[in-house]
Amino acid sequence: MARISCMAFIFFMVSLSARASMEIYEFEKEESKQRYQSLIAELRCPKCQNQNLADSSAEIAKDLKARVYKLVNDGKSDAEIVSYLVDRYGDFVTYRPPLRPATWLLWFGPFALFFLVGLFLIWRTYRVNIAPESDAELDRERLEKMLSRHSEKTTTPED
Amino acid sequence: MSDNKTFLYMLPLLIFFALAVLLYSSLEKDPRLLPSARLGQMLPEFSLSSLYSEEIISDQSMMGEASLVNVWATWCPSCRVEHPVLNQLAEEGVVIYGLNYKDDPVEARRYLERLGNPYKKVIQDLSGDLGLDLGVYGAPETYIVGADGTIVYRHVGIVTLENWRSILLPLYQKAQIHSPAMEAIQ
Repeated sequence: MARISCMAFIFFMVSLSARASMEIYEFEKEESKQRYQSLIAELRCPKCQNQNLADSSAEIAKDLKARVYKLVNDGKSDAEIVSYLVDRYGDFVTYRPPLRPATWLLWFGPFALFFLVGLFLIWRTYRVNIAPESDAELDRERLEKMLSRHSEKTTTPED
Repeated sequence: MSDNKTFLYMLPLLIFFALAVLLYSSLEKDPRLLPSARLGQMLPEFSLSSLYSEEIISDQSMMGEASLVNVWATWCPSCRVEHPVLNQLAEEGVVIYGLNYKDDPVEARRYLERLGNPYKKVIQDLSGDLGLDLGVYGAPETYIVGADGTIVYRHVGIVTLENWRSILLPLYQKAQIHSPAMEAIQ
């Protein structure tokens, strides 16, 4: 019995602390609520780095969530809100980096790599197709040489 | 052809060395130091009350001389570590504004009474709004602001005498020289 009440107590504590880190915001429209949810899911917490705003309970993440909530209610568009935060915290703050010269490698790097590897594979296949022919020719030449040398060696002592 | 082949055989080794150099050079970097998005821009507009009086401090009132803006709070242990350095800099005549970030004013005043007040003025940012506009993500942070109000540099973390001399002081001096106020005097 003591064990059960102890377990119940632990569960209660866990759920209590999970509650504590969640901010509850009221939205007038369901659409704003969804926009808020998707925004804080794709914005990154500058302090904790590997968490989005939604998952983080750092002070700064709370402040940023409050600001996003305010901006959503002010009727700002998603793009405006993201650029508002990027203006202050840099590209780091979004998990979707904007397209600009500094991020070209990030956006196009994988495609460039894919293309290069593709080119390499085509080049290699092509080279391999040619190679057997030339190898066969070489082999035939060498074989003929060896055969002729062999026949010279074997025929002379018998004759 | 044989040159080509040697190159191909060497390629993995070359890639290895290139990666080794890249990774080694990043090894010592602190991933928590983010570049400030605000460099080269003006201080965000604000008007907030002073920690000590009814006086309103604004971005306009800070212009005219180069200064440091030090983000601090009593809840920040690292701020306590850098405080003696700030005191020393203030004694040497460096203009430092304090940005008391999301703090309890009573606690903050007590803290400065006990440890000394290196600040010309202390801006009270109770809500953290100015901090958010600056892109502050922790304390302490120290900004160098030019006389015209442009943000020249952001230092994240503790100011020590070492990094003051090697990084911050040269930039602060440069900000002073380029300030219109100084040019007017000369």
